[in-house]
Amino acid sequence: MKERLVLVGNGMAGVRTIEELLKLDADYDITVFGAEPYGNYNRIMLSPMLTGETTLDAIMLNTPEWYAEHDITLHSGKKVVRIDRKNRLVIADDGSEAEYDRLLLATGSNPFILPVPGHDLEGVIGFRDVKDVEAMIDAAQNHQRAVVIGGGLLGLEAANGLMKRGMRVSVVHISDTLMDQQLDSEAGQMLQRELQARGVEFLMQASTQEIVGKERVEGIKFADGREVQTDLVVMAVGIRPNIELAQSAGIHCERGIVVNDTMQSFDPRVYAVGECVQHRGTCYGLVAPLFEMAKVAANHLAKLGYGRYEGSVTSTKLKVTGIDLFSAGDFHGDDECERIIYRDPSKGVYKKIVLKDNRIEGAVLYGATMDGPWYFQLMREGSDVSAFRDTLMFGQGDTADAGHGANHTVMNMSDDTEVCGCNGVTKGDIVRAIQTEGLFTLDEVKAHTKASASCGGCTGLVEQILAATVGTDHSHPKVKPMCGCTDHSHDQVREAIRSEQLTSMDAVFKKLDWRTPNGCPSCRPALNYYLISSWPKEAQDDPQSRFINERVHGNIQKDRSYTVVPRMWGGVTTPAELRAIADAAEKYQVPMVKVTGGQRIDLVGVKKEDLPAMWKDLNAAGMVSGHAYGKALRTVKTCIGSQYCRFGTQDSVGLGIKLEKMTWGSWTAHKYKMAVSGCPRNCAEATIKDFGVVAIDSGYELHVGGNGGIKVRVTDLLAKVETEEEVLEYAAAFMQLYREEARYLERTAPWIERVGLNYVKSRIIDDMENRKTLHARFLESQQIAQNDPWNELSKDEHRLQFVPMKTLNSEEKPHV
Amino acid sequence: MSNWTEVGQLNDIPRLGSRVVDNNGEEIAIFRTSEDQVFALRNRCPHKNGPLSEGMVHGNKVACPLHNWNIDLTSGEVVAPDKGCVRRHEVKLEGETVLLAI
Ligand code: SRM
Ligand SMILES: Cc1cc2nc3c(=O)[nH]c(=O)nc-3n(C[C@H](O)[C@H](O)[C@H](O)COP(=O)(O)OP(=O)(O)OC[C@H]3O[C@@H](n4cnc5c(N)ncnc54)[C@H](O)[C@@H]3O)c2cc1C
Ligand code: SF4
Ligand code: FES
Repeated sequence: MKERLVLVGNGMAGVRTIEELLKLDADYDITVFGAEPYGNYNRIMLSPMLTGETTLDAIMLNTPEWYAEHDITLHSGKKVVRIDRKNRLVIADDGSEAEYDRLLLATGSNPFILPVPGHDLEGVIGFRDVKDVEAMIDAAQNHQRAVVIGGGLLGLEAANGLMKRGMRVSVVHISDTLMDQQLDSEAGQMLQRELQARGVEFLMQASTQEIVGKERVEGIKFADGREVQTDLVVMAVGIRPNIELAQSAGIHCERGIVVNDTMQSFDPRVYAVGECVQHRGTCYGLVAPLFEMAKVAANHLAKLGYGRYEGSVTSTKLKVTGIDLFSAGDFHGDDECERIIYRDPSKGVYKKIVLKDNRIEGAVLYGATMDGPWYFQLMREGSDVSAFRDTLMFGQGDTADAGHGANHTVMNMSDDTEVCGCNGVTKGDIVRAIQTEGLFTLDEVKAHTKASASCGGCTGLVEQILAATVGTDHSHPKVKPMCGCTDHSHDQVREAIRSEQLTSMDAVFKKLDWRTPNGCPSCRPALNYYLISSWPKEAQDDPQSRFINERVHGNIQKDRSYTVVPRMWGGVTTPAELRAIADAAEKYQVPMVKVTGGQRIDLVGVKKEDLPAMWKDLNAAGMVSGHAYGKALRTVKTCIGSQYCRFGTQDSVGLGIKLEKMTWGSWTAHKYKMAVSGCPRNCAEATIKDFGVVAIDSGYELHVGGNGGIKVRVTDLLAKVETEEEVLEYAAAFMQLYREEARYLERTAPWIERVGLNYVKSRIIDDMENRKTLHARFLESQQIAQNDPWNELSKDEHRLQFVPMKTLNSEEKPHV
Repeated sequence: MSNWTEVGQLNDIPRLGSRVVDNNGEEIAIFRTSEDQVFALRNRCPHKNGPLSEGMVHGNKVACPLHNWNIDLTSGEVVAPDKGCVRRHEVKLEGETVLLAI
């Protein structure tokens, strides 16, 4: 018989848990009790429902039909009054019962009602559910004045709504700053002025003493003697986790129901999620963390058991149309913190970023919140911002703007930036959905990605991404989780591969309970890379887990032909090589011979079956694969240098060739490009390469973390050295550090922005020992890596894969 | 019913890989899964004619090398949210021998 799961609390966290559980198609008989007489609706949207911007029907997330479709028994309008843990039974106020094997509590929270005299008068309400909203709408139709107690998120949204409904609204706030949980006083002032301009009145630093009236409320008295008349009082002074039921059943509670990292209460059969829980001492009041809890609870209920909830950092947006406000983390900061502040009063823009040793601790944005998600992401990843600190304030668009014009902010927002904090949807997810599914409207994006489907705070961003996306086509690293096959992040997986000594893909799948039998096209190449870069000797490279370009060592073209790019060491060639290339081009009727941007020659449009023979010819002339197709060392560009150039200070060509000879054949997290310029005129463009050398009179400047391409980034100066030997040692050490620590498909530029130049310096400059061991590890793995794939694959035993396994034609076989 | 034609040995095809059969100029891709099942599809992605034989095989699906559409090997249907379908061919194993119906 199926196990029985009972959910108490038919709200956002509880039902999301059920949805996650269904996704994992776990086998439960599910029963749901909800005190409210509906399906599950989007509580967040009660604010726009109050303003009249949306309706109850429009904010329904799960209709009764949905429960029926999934064979879920729904008891709506029934409040559970007792849990009998001995007999594993819940009992509702109407006497109906349900037995459980596992119980899920998601009872949310209750608005806190100030216990002042008169708090129980008619017309004194909270702002929590549909019933409250209906009461407000009703009051707006029959009365004039409303007072909202509490100038926080909820209170201001209530005030805004009541005003839109035509009431005269005053907001009473205990301190002198609105939303003091989210805003510093300056942003708070700006918000207050804005709302005043819209007609909301404020009574600041007022503490409520008494609510007066006979049956219905008539007014409020304050401690300092002030008085106001009103026909409606909305209490929005905070929420209290709803733990009454759990407590009565003897389940351990403090402020909330105390749960562990798998969302279990002290009774392991009883799970709890949502606002009613207290996890590691914190109670949450926003949906993002609740949705994370839901994932974990579902994962554990489905007996997968690898999900863990480790707490959340939250960011908030006020959902008052026309007011643009973002806040995250510690926006005051302590004595060790620095604050970068930007003010443009006439434009009504205020930005404040709080930094602690170059990492973002918190941020407040008013009037321009476009970069909120980016700051939030930098904050959560603990990224070192020193590299772009001076442009930080102007947003991601300005850190190395590749000139995408008006849309550049969303365009340049990296694909792993979280856009929809509620549902954890990244820009990449949205862009992918828009592209692969040809989406054109906000609603389509909502439906496919869930982005902006919860609080809608990111709607503006999603719309801009939508506008900016149609037409683009580029792939970037996905953030945690690695892909749909697992919940582990890139970093966790690689860590496991190292610490658990996993040397094969099957070992990874087993150890980390992959959901799919053999991964997917996004995780397999990554895993293959992590395996061979962590265990160069032990792990076997898996061609079937490589993209076709790396499998057949050429770039596939849209017409199924391939490109062949032989290495030209340091961009230097010889008449003999050129002759061999010319011969090959003619012999195999190559439609286009092109000089690439990487200082070598591309033979474009080669038929697959011709590849091995062509490679053999090129090998014979002493040429090897240029890996123009690989997540590997691509080119080492050079300029003329001191051999001939009148300005040259060092032999850039010679050094470039040495660098390429040392590093060719190595696999990297993303493609890797180098260049050597013979003097600061820098004709080899070394300062937009992953590793660039600029020769100077006294030696060499070593530049790292640059690239051209989609988002140009100029390198950071890593060090100055004196000899070629040092250049080679630093080059190898840097490349090895990058290979070992960057995420798959993370190029040096985003990697350095994530970990910080100072970190890289600490590993390579300050720690000489470490530099030498990195250098040694690199050379060691090169002993295995440095064999020319063309030579290998043109051997007869490999040639087969380039030709059909069988050719049939009508002469042999009558055609059917 | 069309007749079974021998097109090669199972080991001619790498696990989680594919080889093509040239049938009078029309390519048919034969796929081999991790469980050593074989499937045959016309070697043209319904999106933009990408060569499915060059794609990555995972589970009972293959991902097209050009724009990463996924095609279900068992049915030839494109995996949602993308839409489309590829012509399937009957294929079977007799011992190690791969037989294709054409
Ligand atoms: C052949 C070449 C164009 C040319 O004829 O000049 C080229 C061709 C391709 N580039 Fe490139 N890139 C070529 C030089 C460059 C350069 C210039 C350079 O290397 O100095 C850049 C900008 C500099 C840089 O990368 O930092 C460049 C930035 C890109 C990017 C964007 C990378 C980024 O980090 O933003 C991509 C997309 C990607 O890699 O994800 C890309 C991707 C591609 C791909 C591989 C797209 C694909 O997957 O099919 C193209 C393969 C075409 C083919 O079949 O060969 N190509 N590409 C150049 C080969 C250089 C070589 O000899 O190996
Ligand atoms: C007006 C408003 C605006 C908001 N705006 C935002 C926002 O912009 N962004 C954001 O992230 N969050 C916002 N929130 C907060 C968000 O809605 C809550 O964090 C979220 O709904 C909590 O989900 P939950 O499942 O824990 O509780 P709920 O959604 O409240 O669900 C609990 C359910 O359990 C039921 N219940 C309680 N006890 C019992 C019982 N004994 N038997 C049966 N049923 C019971 C309750 O009736 C309720 O339906 C807003 C909240 C409100 C009220
Ligand atoms: S810029 Fe690079 S990727 Fe784009 S079309 Fe040219 S070669 Fe291809
Ligand atoms: S051609 Fe197959 S996905 Fe585009």
